[in-house]
Amino acid sequence: MNELLELTTTRHNPHVDPVMAMWEWQIPVYLFLGGMVAGMMIISGYFLFTNRHKESNCSCFFIPIVSVVLLSLGMFALFLDLSHKLYVWRLYTTFQFTSPMSWGAWILILVYPALIANILIRPAKWMTEKVPKLLEYSKKINEHPFLVKNIGITNMILGMMLGAYTGVLLSTMGSRPLWNTSLLWVLFLVSGLSAAAAFVHLFAKNKYESELLAKADNGFLIIELFVFVMIFLGLLSSAKPHIEAAQLLLNGAYAPVFWVFVIGIGIIIPLFIQLLAVNHKIKHTAIAPILVIVGGLILRFVIVSAGQYSHWFNAHFH
Amino acid sequence: MPRFGMVIDTRKCVGCQDCVIACKTENNIPEGYNRDWIITESHGKFPDIQMEIRTERCNHCSETPCVSCCPTGASHIHDVGGVVLVTHDVCIGCKACIEACPYDARFAHPDGYADKCTFCIHRVEKGENPACVEVCPTYCMYFGDLEDPNSEVSKLLKSRKWHVNLTDAGTQPNIFYLV
Repeated sequence: MNELLELTTTRHNPHVDPVMAMWEWQIPVYLFLGGMVAGMMIISGYFLFTNRHKESNCSCFFIPIVSVVLLSLGMFALFLDLSHKLYVWRLYTTFQFTSPMSWGAWILILVYPALIANILIRPAKWMTEKVPKLLEYSKKINEHPFLVKNIGITNMILGMMLGAYTGVLLSTMGSRPLWNTSLLWVLFLVSGLSAAAAFVHLFAKNKYESELLAKADNGFLIIELFVFVMIFLGLLSSAKPHIEAAQLLLNGAYAPVFWVFVIGIGIIIPLFIQLLAVNHKIKHTAIAPILVIVGGLILRFVIVSAGQYSHWFNAHFH
Repeated sequence: MPRFGMVIDTRKCVGCQDCVIACKTENNIPEGYNRDWIITESHGKFPDIQMEIRTERCNHCSETPCVSCCPTGASHIHDVGGVVLVTHDVCIGCKACIEACPYDARFAHPDGYADKCTFCIHRVEKGENPACVEVCPTYCMYFGDLEDPNSEVSKLLKSRKWHVNLTDAGTQPNIFYLV
């Protein structure tokens, strides 16, 4: 015999009722691209730090160019999401200490110079043909090995900050129980690293790097599974709204897409394929990395959408 | 420092929506959008069923996740009475504040900025009541300074039983419902 519990509202604000759907495709696309670029900055920075830029076909030469393009696409998606677009410059007339979005806006301003510095270490041919002066800058940077190392360290640190902030942005929202876990930044950072490793693995010309990134990606995918377990343990042992939020993914409305696309296609299957590949049982193909990248994108969609679905609605019942 | 708040007598509220219409006309709220609304809550087990009707809006909380998450400072706490407001031409429409409100009290105005109840601050600063309070035909709404022990709202909260919405969300709302 269940007790009746019914709330009827006359409110019908668009994208708020019946369930919050204020953030649409633009936000998960940005979170995904931002996370993947963050991972690529960490990978490229690591290669610079370990002097791999001396190899003629090091991935650290093409990563920053791709990163600039992908991050700009992500920021464009973010811009499309703004409903008061003409006022976007207001982000840069202030710094709001308690706002993760304000932190993010300023971190993005720092990320671009770091990526450009990385590009300048070995500018692409089509760049130097148009602007021959780039070769001079490149020569000057390469004369100072400590400078290259520091560009690597800067890229790694800013990559960490960028990847982490995409998670913190959501996790500071106490109003959405599913996001309100302090492990979300770890999940997004590891998932970003995983997608980045998969992406670079797809296009790396250097065999050592390609193999290294496939192995690293297996590690990231395993860590991602552990982080998921920890997030669910946290939510399920918390208050009622948090338990309900976890159940949305585990056996609720979002369970099919979560288990099939995020866990199955995004983690388990590529992990299985890639474990066989790094142990030389099968050849490396594009399948596993593509699945990892698609899984990472769907993860952001699921978390953003299910997070908005999760709420405190019935919790105030007195 | 005054702290404005509202006390709503759920025993008198009949859900007539006069407050909703008053708000819409006073604040020129576009069609299809609401700064305030009516909730009807039923609970219990037959035959012991209770019903509460209440008029809801932004709770003008003392702990404000909407203000903390705002990247431009558009969402802010007003100098007068701690009212939570949005400066329209500073808001970029990122919608973080709308997501951050556990009451879903905010919305994206068709003109782009985040919008919500202002406690009719333009009226209050002239010494008048908010439009919703002014128009209520059952006199179930009271507006005033919660810090002033002699205000009508403070006296009601001392003499009657009350609750606030979503106590556990930690926002310390300033709208109280008499039961």
